[in-house]
Amino acid sequence: MLSKRIIPCLDVRDGSVTKGITFLNNVDVGDPVAMARHYYEQGADELVFYDITASNERRGIMIDVVRAVAREIFIPFSVGGGLRNLDDMRAVLMAGAEKVSIDSGAVRDPSIISAGAKAFGSQCIVLSMQVKRTGARPSLPSGFEVVIDGGRLFTGKDAVEWAREGQRRGAGELCVNSIDRDGTNLGYDLELTGKVSRAVSIPVIASGGAGEPEHLREAFVIAEADAAIVASIVHYGKYPIPAIKRYLAERGVEMREPPRLERRGS
Amino acid sequence: MIAIVDYRAGNLTSVARALEYLGHRCEITDRPERIASAERVILPGVGAAGATMDNLRALGLDRILREEVIAKGTPFLGICIGIQILLDRSEEDDARCLGVIAGHVARFPNQLGGRPLKVPQIGWNRVHQVKSHPLFAEVPDNTHFYFVNSYYPIPADSAVAIATCEYGVSFTAAIARGNLVATQFHLEKSGPAGLRLLDNFCRLVN
Repeated sequence: MLSKRIIPCLDVRDGSVTKGITFLNNVDVGDPVAMARHYYEQGADELVFYDITASNERRGIMIDVVRAVAREIFIPFSVGGGLRNLDDMRAVLMAGAEKVSIDSGAVRDPSIISAGAKAFGSQCIVLSMQVKRTGARPSLPSGFEVVIDGGRLFTGKDAVEWAREGQRRGAGELCVNSIDRDGTNLGYDLELTGKVSRAVSIPVIASGGAGEPEHLREAFVIAEADAAIVASIVHYGKYPIPAIKRYLAERGVEMREPPRLERRGS
Repeated sequence: MIAIVDYRAGNLTSVARALEYLGHRCEITDRPERIASAERVILPGVGAAGATMDNLRALGLDRILREEVIAKGTPFLGICIGIQILLDRSEEDDARCLGVIAGHVARFPNQLGGRPLKVPQIGWNRVHQVKSHPLFAEVPDNTHFYFVNSYYPIPADSAVAIATCEYGVSFTAAIARGNLVATQFHLEKSGPAGLRLLDNFCRLVN
């Protein structure tokens, strides 16, 4: 049986992890490689890095980060943030990421989903969407609207319909981030996640709002998510990944056990 | 030297990085003489069966792998598409494959018992070791490995299956015959357990 995945998310600006991660002994919390290694050793099933570097000139730094991370962790990881075309995607994949996460760029130009899937395979393409509840209306039957540019721009796109279109265009997975729940620790938006999960046949990743292990159980069991993004719940040390996995496994959720560490070669 | 076969697909460097991490020297190459003379050969990758076979044939590597590597008993590891192309043919692109293991490659069903099955399978699944093999040395039974696949191998002789996995159907997740081993899962993306298998392969006695 396929296990449910727990995916820590790291925001990286100018090559450093942001969000004031405070908890770790002997780990440089600003260093994305050290952080990736830490979560790898804790049993994260995958990682996602969002490049929030503001200036285009400094984008190359992220490629160096990806290259360094790929030498230290041997689980899949994806990279998102500012990917607009095939060249952007190729650079990240060639540097060692398993997947790319495309978001605003795909809303502006949906053809990059199919172009990416054709060039690199659907399994490389995660369509990520930022979603707000703006109320059901004829043009927005689900009541969930896709927003872009960090939540500043409302697109009028229905999130469930956009999910279907993403699948049709060749996305391999969908990451659904609730802007309403992001940073609240109140739990994932189960209605949103469930609606998207039931509308598509590709894996769905719940995102935004995890504050307790129970929130992940709800996302997996009630909203039928295949994976869940975690940020502050793990970054601030309240619940280490092994503790979350134990909680979920005890409640019948299929989990990959935290690993025993390999020996490094000389 | 370990040769990683370059057949113009993605994901070659991740295997190289994992080998380097473990301290094994390797070379990504498409040169027939390098592959034929390597101590070990790895065929990794993601991709479609038809395109993979087309590329191998265009590079003249299908014959090299069959006759100069596998037939001669050079330790060989196939990963993901690298297990599938060992069989006679694949439902994917209706591709004729290397045919060094009798059998074929089938697609997962889209539905199972009236419920939709997500295809491809993406994620960590438990691998059951159905017989003892040095590839799995020191790796506990039912360990999770990382899979990305829409298709799975069905060897005609089930005796070559050393591990199985369930995804809608029960399928062969690893095969072995002499110095030939192959896995459907990505051991280079399967964390410490995957690295352990890769290291075990590098220590298989030639």
